Amino acid sequence: MNAADVSASVDLRRAPLERRALRSAMLTGGAWLVAVIAAVPLLSVLYMLVSHGGARLNVEALTTLPPAGFEMGGGFGNALVGTLVVVAIGAAIAVPVGIAAAVFLAELGSTSSLANVARFATKTLTGLPSILAGVFAYALVVLVTGTYSAPAGGVALSLLMVPTVILTAEEALKMVPKIMKDAAYGMGCTRTQVIARVLLPTALPGILTGVMLAVARAAGETAPLLFTALFSNYWLYQDGHLGLMQPTASLAVLIYNFSGMPFDNQIELAWAASLVLVLIVLVINVASRLLGKPKI
Amino acid sequence: MAASRPGVAVVNVELFRPKRDSVCGPPSAVDFVIDRGFRALSRGGVLLILFVIAMLLWEIGGKAIPGIQRYGLSFLTSSTWDVSREQYGILPAIWGTLYSSLLALLIGGFFGVTMAIFLTQDFLPPRLAAVFRTTVELLAAIPSVVYGLWGIFVVIPFIRPFADVMHNEFGWIPFFSTSLSGPGLLPASIVLAIMVLPTIAAVSQDALRAVPFRVKQAAYGLGATQWEAILRVIVPTAATGIFGALVLGFGRALGETMALAMLVGNSNQITLSMLSPANTLAALLALNFPEAGPREVEVLMYGALVLMAITLVVNVLGSVIMLFANRKMR
Repeated sequence: MNAADVSASVDLRRAPLERRALRSAMLTGGAWLVAVIAAVPLLSVLYMLVSHGGARLNVEALTTLPPAGFEMGGGFGNALVGTLVVVAIGAAIAVPVGIAAAVFLAELGSTSSLANVARFATKTLTGLPSILAGVFAYALVVLVTGTYSAPAGGVALSLLMVPTVILTAEEALKMVPKIMKDAAYGMGCTRTQVIARVLLPTALPGILTGVMLAVARAAGETAPLLFTALFSNYWLYQDGHLGLMQPTASLAVLIYNFSGMPFDNQIELAWAASLVLVLIVLVINVASRLLGKPKI
Repeated sequence: MAASRPGVAVVNVELFRPKRDSVCGPPSAVDFVIDRGFRALSRGGVLLILFVIAMLLWEIGGKAIPGIQRYGLSFLTSSTWDVSREQYGILPAIWGTLYSSLLALLIGGFFGVTMAIFLTQDFLPPRLAAVFRTTVELLAAIPSVVYGLWGIFVVIPFIRPFADVMHNEFGWIPFFSTSLSGPGLLPASIVLAIMVLPTIAAVSQDALRAVPFRVKQAAYGLGATQWEAILRVIVPTAATGIFGALVLGFGRALGETMALAMLVGNSNQITLSMLSPANTLAALLALNFPEAGPREVEVLMYGALVLMAITLVVNVLGSVIMLFANRKMR
């Protein structure tokens, strides 16, 4: 039997009703089903936020203090301000340190053993349970200063932001074409000049993406704030003085506190605060995606 | 070159003269000092990170020492948490942490890996794949406290009828031996599964994409159907990476706090029933820290140390598996 006979005797046409083909088709259907089911939670969360939170979201909710017990009305103005302040403190610590470290990892000592150790440590730090960042800030700041405060919350959040900032900034810095660096070095630039005038400006979109993702994640964190910033029913700036070293409200902790209350008013406010928080997080997320599209 | 060709010798010198803000030229003494300073600063950033991580271990470990001295190993094996009698044990919390995380991994792992296969193996036109990919990524963007709120008002009422049926019909199976009274392990694990799904899907997608194209081609060349190629060739080839994704997802689940603190019911009991309330380490810390006295803080630090040890082992294991997987593919 020669080769031509063999190929003539084998039917190479597709047999859609064969068992193997049917099994494949069924599995494809199953995969579709799984994909659709996986999308349901997101849609359900968004629907609940808009229907429950949207009804209560108004100027009053955004600008007034939280209601006590049976009170009607009220809002979460102080928590909104508190979230912004705590996240800003966290970013003020995490961003400079993170970018400095990323520059070292990407450019100055990328193959050194220090960089390898730091890279592994940073990756492990991304898996740090957020509550442990809170425990750390509690031990380091709250126990030392003797009070719950916005800076204590900021320290806890910075610990969670730093790994994201470092890892994305390192990636962005490594994406800068080598030709650009070589051209700068060829003109007699010092390494600092190359970094400050070529690397950082070119990698800026990528670095900002990382910073924004870190900020978005930090804004939604609750566990690290529970016993560092705690909560407060008052404004950060009240009666003419700024009380930074006192318990500070945040949206996330407000949602947590109100979710367990037996009052409808508080539950409604928890949904409205969730809507605001998710809007903040999603807007930052989407913006970072648009920014992060590679242009080089 | 130019000189060898007559007529091209006229060169515009101005083109090559440095502009005023050009950095062209040898570095001055000031540049040199700035350079040294900046490089030291950058190295300082790295050292600071490592220092903070060392501090993290030192602070939590150091603050836990009094608790370790007082309660020793019985802290890990006893199951009462009574502040007034100063009796503390975290066995139920350890049990609940592992139980809820494993259950979440079972659900989230199945969905995450299936999503990863669905998104990488040419089932969808690129546009539609991007929509699904974004959906999964956005799942990770929703804050955990919002998931907790959603769990209380959507998941618990939704699963209650199913849970009742399971308890009434299959109550003899230990997993359904109690009725769902509200918060419990099952609703907590479902929400936890949603939260680890993006991690598992993202890391598994990387693993599946790293499978060389020729492996897939060879499978199809032998006459495999699409799913035969996926299940018998592609997934086994990417198995190390997918396993790493599951381990990393497990690490995330172990440390997740808020959704569990809101949904697991915070009851110190060891139970096989997934419809029963339970407790987890992270939830225990979240609930007791804010109002803890100095004595209780010591034992909570001990609990934090235990949580850190467990998550550290799992996460380092996951990272090592990923390193191994990447090396194998290369």
